Amino acid sequence: MATQGTAIPAVAQPRTSAGLWSDAFGRLRKNRLAIVGLALVLLLLFVGLFGPLLAPFDYARQDLAAIAAGGGGPLSPGQFGHLLGTDQLGRDLFSRLLDGARISVSVAFVVQLVILMIGVPIGALAGWFGGRLDNILMRFTDIIYAFPDLLFIIILTVVFRETFFGRAMDGLLIVFVAIGLTSWVTVARLVRGQLLALKETEFVEAARAIGVPNRKIVTRHLLPNGIGPIIVAVTLGIPGAILAESTLAYIGIGVQPPRASWGSLIAEGQKWVRAEPHLVLFPAIAIAVALISFTFLGDGLRDALDPKLKGKQ
Amino acid sequence: MSRSEDQSSGLNAPTIVEVQPNVARQITTPNKVSLRDRPKAEKLLSVQGLSTHFFTPDGVVQAVDEVSFELGYGETLGLVGESGCGKSVTALSIARLVPNPPGRIIAGEITFDGIDVLRLGHDDMRQLRGKEIGFIFQDPLTSLNPTLTIGYQIGESIRQHMKLPQKAAYDRVVELLSKVGIPRAKDRLNDYPHQFSGGMRQRVMIAIALSCDPKLLLADEPTTALDVTIQAQILELIQTLSQEFHTAVLLITHDLGIAAGMCDRVNVMYAGRIVETGTVDELFETPRMPYAWGLLDSLPRLDDVRGDRLRTIEGLPPLLINPPNACRFEPRCRFSRDICREREPDLTPRGHELHQARCWATEPDGWIA
Amino acid sequence: MTTALSESRDAPGREGQGLIEVDDLKVHFPVRSGIFQTQIGTVKAVDGITFQIRKGETLGLVGESGCGKSTTGRALIRLREPTAGTVRFDGVDLGSLKSGPLRRMRRRMQIIFQDPYGSLDPRMTVGSIIAEPIDTHNLAKGAERRERIQDLLRIVGLDPKYVSRYPHEFSGGQRQRIGVARALAVEPEFIVCDEPISALDVSIQAQVLNLLTDLRQQLGLTYLFIAHDLSVVKHISDRVAVMYLGKIVEVGPPEIMYARPGHPYTRALLSAVPVPDPVSERRRKRVVLQGDVPSPVNPPAGCRFHTRCWLYDKLGQPEECRTVDPPLYTLAGDHQAACHFAQKSLESDVGVAHIDHVPVRRGTPEAALASIRPQDGGVDAAEHLVAIENTSLAEAAHPPGDGSAGGHGNGTPQN
Repeated sequence: MATQGTAIPAVAQPRTSAGLWSDAFGRLRKNRLAIVGLALVLLLLFVGLFGPLLAPFDYARQDLAAIAAGGGGPLSPGQFGHLLGTDQLGRDLFSRLLDGARISVSVAFVVQLVILMIGVPIGALAGWFGGRLDNILMRFTDIIYAFPDLLFIIILTVVFRETFFGRAMDGLLIVFVAIGLTSWVTVARLVRGQLLALKETEFVEAARAIGVPNRKIVTRHLLPNGIGPIIVAVTLGIPGAILAESTLAYIGIGVQPPRASWGSLIAEGQKWVRAEPHLVLFPAIAIAVALISFTFLGDGLRDALDPKLKGKQ
Repeated sequence: MSRSEDQSSGLNAPTIVEVQPNVARQITTPNKVSLRDRPKAEKLLSVQGLSTHFFTPDGVVQAVDEVSFELGYGETLGLVGESGCGKSVTALSIARLVPNPPGRIIAGEITFDGIDVLRLGHDDMRQLRGKEIGFIFQDPLTSLNPTLTIGYQIGESIRQHMKLPQKAAYDRVVELLSKVGIPRAKDRLNDYPHQFSGGMRQRVMIAIALSCDPKLLLADEPTTALDVTIQAQILELIQTLSQEFHTAVLLITHDLGIAAGMCDRVNVMYAGRIVETGTVDELFETPRMPYAWGLLDSLPRLDDVRGDRLRTIEGLPPLLINPPNACRFEPRCRFSRDICREREPDLTPRGHELHQARCWATEPDGWIA
Repeated sequence: MTTALSESRDAPGREGQGLIEVDDLKVHFPVRSGIFQTQIGTVKAVDGITFQIRKGETLGLVGESGCGKSTTGRALIRLREPTAGTVRFDGVDLGSLKSGPLRRMRRRMQIIFQDPYGSLDPRMTVGSIIAEPIDTHNLAKGAERRERIQDLLRIVGLDPKYVSRYPHEFSGGQRQRIGVARALAVEPEFIVCDEPISALDVSIQAQVLNLLTDLRQQLGLTYLFIAHDLSVVKHISDRVAVMYLGKIVEVGPPEIMYARPGHPYTRALLSAVPVPDPVSERRRKRVVLQGDVPSPVNPPAGCRFHTRCWLYDKLGQPEECRTVDPPLYTLAGDHQAACHFAQKSLESDVGVAHIDHVPVRRGTPEAALASIRPQDGGVDAAEHLVAIENTSLAEAAHPPGDGSAGGHGNGTPQN
């Protein structure tokens, strides 16, 4: 005969849930800063994708006539149909900012892709197999971490500057790869940590006891449970990458003119900062907004995905 | 501690609460009374009508609801019940350690050694806690500071409250450590908590608790995290020391076996109320409340003749948010009748004045009599 | 339940053969340190144990933390690789199986875990958790699969409509039931129950314990029941094995072993267990062990227990205990103890005397009712129980001690 146990989850647990991802998304929605961040990120993505279509002018086009008419220097915002003014060569600032947005968006994604491609396998191998392999991989990671990133990136870009690799995508590809090569350590460590922790959980043990093959354990149990912090790390790593690229562009490495990375815009506009501050101001604001938006989104994601808040009654 | 009892960390004011007027304020009025106002008292601890509620976004959790009991000097009283019944929160309320927010003592009177505890100033309360009430918590790992030596931690209390000179304090610490059964006490003064085993750490906690010769020992599940042979050691230690120093013990546990062995009197709690109270013999020989029957009945016991099926209490304990005015155990009770659903029974005597139970059925004119 | 046991004993051809045969099992863990992770020591979690579990039997495995009981349970189903020794399941050496045959063998042996919060994948619905074993072994598809899942939920006492809920929506006891359902999904013959009720509330423990006993009877299961609570183990086990520091120190039927333990550690263990009876508690002669359990990296020479053994002290510290590791001596029938002086231990009354074994449990409704109206006698008191709907009291199948047998077992006078 069946036993007398009664299932009364509704009485004991007043909260029901539609699934852990929807729960997390619900938490995210309640976080206003995160929504602002998300909106800005989406805006940035949109601009990055459709930049050229939105730009009133071609970013490299020099409106010399307007310069002459305006008195020889850069045009202030609003003059001669240039929404945010121009630089000293008559190139529309707004359009150049849009190009900068394209570059930043590419940085965000390509760099993270490189990071994932390197960091995840290394972290996964270390975490899953443990032991000596883990030790070797982690010592290797420590060495990379100790490396002076900026120096390495500069050397890399300078050395390869004249090659095909160095000129691809207007000099951006080398920058992306270089930044990625020095930044994968966090993700690798995170993946390793997640795997190590999850490997020892009882539900993974249960899966092994059932006879579930290893690869299914990884895809069905480890991945869904471990991916949260990795998403957060990737999101929060983007500001660093954007800043790195801007810094490099500022010191003249990476993007080649006439492409307009926000960093190079600042470098160019420096000379005019007293007379025409808009040349520095707008790119700086753009960088700041991009950084903040990913940071807000990342913080919001972390809170939303935090296991401690995952409805454990 | 009480974490299992509050639903989530409520950061904001309650949302769906039917808050009675004047209740949202903490009723403690500090600085109305000082440690020196201490009329002679018959009982060490007298708790009257204590109610502690937690104000959470999901509603008001009535963790402790009108709890009254007394504890004599040198007596050992057990607060017994399952998780969520309010026993830990009761103890915390007595020491005014309830996390606020979201918890608040909203009603009641607590008299400790003649002092009206709820009206004590904050500094005086700290003094009271350190000097006259000792604490032993469940997890010695988290209750001890891992970055300080145990000698320092034991001595901290002594230095604070007893104002002894350096040498005298040191001697007392060594004496305490040997008293709680730590071998080579002098050598171990400078060791850190992680260098001790679980049982040893609990002994250190006991040493800290007893360091200032307290009148009351609050032990909240002191042995739950320990192996059974170590548990026996620790319980024996608590019993010996409390007898030697005439210290009263308020022992909180879910283990009826421990209560049977350690306590003089026992209060059984369920859903924030005391549902039965009496001497330990009365409670175990002649319990008068179906929950107590159910508990005793459902335990596998060493003194059993081996049977195949345990009789269980079906169902789960109730949520403590907005409990109805009915017997809280009624949904799980096999003896219930209509009156149980209509009115909550009071705590009334059963034969002996001090043996009381909260049940319509076992009242003198009830249907199990 | 007695019938299942006698059936297994009568089964032809396997006389002396257990469903599970463990021979000198050892599980050691290396202790590593330093930048190159060199091994500086070994944790001898399980250090040479030999025993059998007969088909249909429940073997209880008790001991305190660090004794190796959990590791043993896992090694039995090859969730941990043994360092030495063999584990045979129905005659087959588990260690010799390659991954394919091993996976097929896993259908026959399962495990229920201790932690209701950690043993279920929080990202999977209850249905998928229970379906995983079914899918892994291709046991059913489509409608049949759905039905199976629902049946399993019903068997463990959960409403099948909760199949798409997540674990965190359930209480601890309910999660344990889900874990049981998962274990049953492959129709195993043998289940390792690793402290399945330790993490549950007292009143829920009994529910889950009943579930396990019922299932054993209905499905003819064999259990290894690991616990630290001696009373629980006594309740459910046919034989109990006591472990200390990686070795089995005593094994036997609980009625015999608990009443007259052959090993001093068992005596100490039993004497430490609190009994919910103040009269017994006052009268017991306890033996309280001194000190802590030695580290499994460095177990004492000779008998591992001699450093804390009260009998060792009482007998004047005999040399044999310091030098020779005692094997399991047979005391009588199924009862064995690993002590050179087991006879002396049997004769002692330390630790377990003066616990009254009562046919009617104190504190039961029957006893309570009898005490209210002793002049009417316990039988008539039953008439006053008008509103009993719950049938567990009235089941004819297993009447627990007859309530009319004079109420209290030992006639304690009451005022």
